[in-house]
Amino acid sequence: MLKRKIGQIALGFTAAFAASAALATVVHARDLTIVSWGGAYQDAQKKVYFEPFKKAVGIAMNDESWDGGVGVLRAKVQGGAATWDVVQVESDELAVGCEEGLFEKLDYTRIGGEAAYIPPSVNPCGVGAILYDFVLGYDKDKLKEAPKGWADFFDTKKIPGKRALRQGPKTTLEIALMADGVAPKDVYKVLATDEGIERAFKKLDTIKGDIVWWKAGAQPPQLLASGEVTMTSVYNGRIDTANKNEKKNFGMVWDGALFTLDSWVILKGSPNKDAAYKFLDFVGKAENQSKLSENISYGTSNKDAAAKLAPAVLKDLPTAPDNIKNAVEINVAFWLENIDRLTERFNKWAAK
Amino acid sequence: MTRASLAGADASTEVPLKRRLRRAERARQVKALALVLPLLVFLLFTFAGPIAGMLWRAVDDREVRQLLPQTVAALASWDGKDLPNEDAFAALASDVLAARAAGTIAIAAKRLNYTLNGFRTILTSTARNLKAAPERGVAKETLGKINAAWRERATWTTIKDAGGPITGFYLLSALDLTRNVDGAIIAAPPDQAIYREVFTRTFVISLSVTVLCLMLGFPVAYLLATLPPARSNLLMIFVLLPFWTSLLVRTCAWIVLLQSKGVVNDSLHWLGIIDQPLRLIYNRFGVCVAMTHVLLPFMILPLYSSMKAISPAYMRAAASLGAPPVTAFLRIYLPQTLPGIGAGSLLVFILALGYYITPALVGGAADQMISYFIALYTTETANWGLASALGAVLLLATLLLALLYGKLVRGQQVTGGMKN
Repeated sequence: MLKRKIGQIALGFTAAFAASAALATVVHARDLTIVSWGGAYQDAQKKVYFEPFKKAVGIAMNDESWDGGVGVLRAKVQGGAATWDVVQVESDELAVGCEEGLFEKLDYTRIGGEAAYIPPSVNPCGVGAILYDFVLGYDKDKLKEAPKGWADFFDTKKIPGKRALRQGPKTTLEIALMADGVAPKDVYKVLATDEGIERAFKKLDTIKGDIVWWKAGAQPPQLLASGEVTMTSVYNGRIDTANKNEKKNFGMVWDGALFTLDSWVILKGSPNKDAAYKFLDFVGKAENQSKLSENISYGTSNKDAAAKLAPAVLKDLPTAPDNIKNAVEINVAFWLENIDRLTERFNKWAAK
Repeated sequence: MTRASLAGADASTEVPLKRRLRRAERARQVKALALVLPLLVFLLFTFAGPIAGMLWRAVDDREVRQLLPQTVAALASWDGKDLPNEDAFAALASDVLAARAAGTIAIAAKRLNYTLNGFRTILTSTARNLKAAPERGVAKETLGKINAAWRERATWTTIKDAGGPITGFYLLSALDLTRNVDGAIIAAPPDQAIYREVFTRTFVISLSVTVLCLMLGFPVAYLLATLPPARSNLLMIFVLLPFWTSLLVRTCAWIVLLQSKGVVNDSLHWLGIIDQPLRLIYNRFGVCVAMTHVLLPFMILPLYSSMKAISPAYMRAAASLGAPPVTAFLRIYLPQTLPGIGAGSLLVFILALGYYITPALVGGAADQMISYFIALYTTETANWGLASALGAVLLLATLLLALLYGKLVRGQQVTGGMKN
């Protein structure tokens, strides 16, 4: 009797499992989901974008964070049940995702027109969100003499101690070449040749034993704060946040900085396309973007946003004329073509 | 199943009781199957399916065939000796025009770029500069003018090689091998040959961590197994507490302890033992320390359970028969703990093989294990073929080791598993 019961329960359970599995594949309507980079940056976005947007437009939305990688987006879109609508992506994710058809082609008439944005931020698949820099960061309390640029970064006699760089070839090779005397505007011309790559690795050899490699953007400020390294490559916003929120006294060098843009994209097949456009329109407006720059020192994509800022705020932004004049944009096309080969090459070099 | 039903049809030769027994047996089997079916379905969907998918991706190569179909068809008859004929050039021109209109040119370029670095530029520049289909008979000339690479044999063998539908390219790459222009398998160029080294590194780190865990875990497990319950329970909590703490927290704690101005270095400096801080982190030492700490409970628990089963009477008997303590330990106690040692070591070793977060946070650039590269190619560069191939090689190596372990254990059947 009992045995039969168990059998029935088991069969019932199996049926229920199968039914629930079938149900789970039925996509139901969900709120607009915005995905960004987390941390202090997303906190600032919450304050000046997400909350005001909910109030102003009256659309329910929620936000998540991610760590990047076009593979993640590919899995989301090809999996056929993407739970995200609007994602903030880096420039290489934008390029590859656009090629692979992972994003909706943007209709700029619905977000204020192309003329409202600075030229580098206009892309058929995405619209610029922020412009930010990889800069040389250091702790003013620990260094008597401020470093002038990447050449000092590689000079362990002048400034002893360890340095931190981002693990992998991207940004590392550019920095090595600038340290070796290549002008920022010529970096990719040199890097496109085999001799240029040799030259970069040779320069890296000179401080190989003194480099700590970081992998996540949160690490460099921590490495500086703990005194593990004296200088590091770092996102400029992180330095600023550490100074504001943790009362640090970090400095940065704008000369020879590497800048890049992040963009907003709408994932292909998003069920909330209209809401997504409303969101992009909202965050594209100059008055909203200027509030973001006041909270975190990133440049933004609307042409008129900078004019709304106090000079004291503007001077610390990557988009300030003085800060961008000797900066170089990270070359997406170069890295798309060479990232696999140079990643292998970099790891070969690291293991030697 | 079928035999049973046949036997039912042929009832004259069967003893009814036997049949009834069989029927009861079958009903039991069906019930048992129904009970495990949910789990089985779940495992198939979440475990077997994805692994099969991964193995398939390691050899799947249909992008170029789909995006440049005429070219692949035209190259099928090409012997690869000289440049292909005019038809192949014309086919390529029409494929490129079609792919450009469809916006798929970059996907093909990306795949071809894996084999021949620079192919992305070759293909995208060709697509940009090819305004219309070339006149009959001048396709070769036209393409050669647009990009000199079309006059190279290697450009064409790359397309032929990537013609799919399946390929060994990714698996060869994962083993630092490649094909030369004539199709022979050769070693990859030295600045790209890193995976054998990375696999070796992964196995060496896993093995060192396993040995460290065994050396540290064995005495602890012995203590736990021999202390009176009240005290051994307290110690057990100390073993389990880190076991329940997040991996990330424990890894970051090691950073605080081991960094150059960390607790360890400051203490040593204060004691006057060192002048300069020791490098204890962002190197192999840090990786081994942090991983050993994280994996230690996985070694202690199986050891403890096998030691718990050993009756103290054995050691007393050995002593009464005149064995000195060391001999008694080596000949009586140790052999009985072998199943625990084996299980713990295998568990730790296989878990260590897949470690990613810990080496990423406390290792240097030369301490990244294979998981780092699999993650890199999966998410960052979206080279899923290579990521799958690396995964497949790791899976195969792990399975071989597990089989080897099974063989060793079977050849070593000892009395350790006595139920008492």
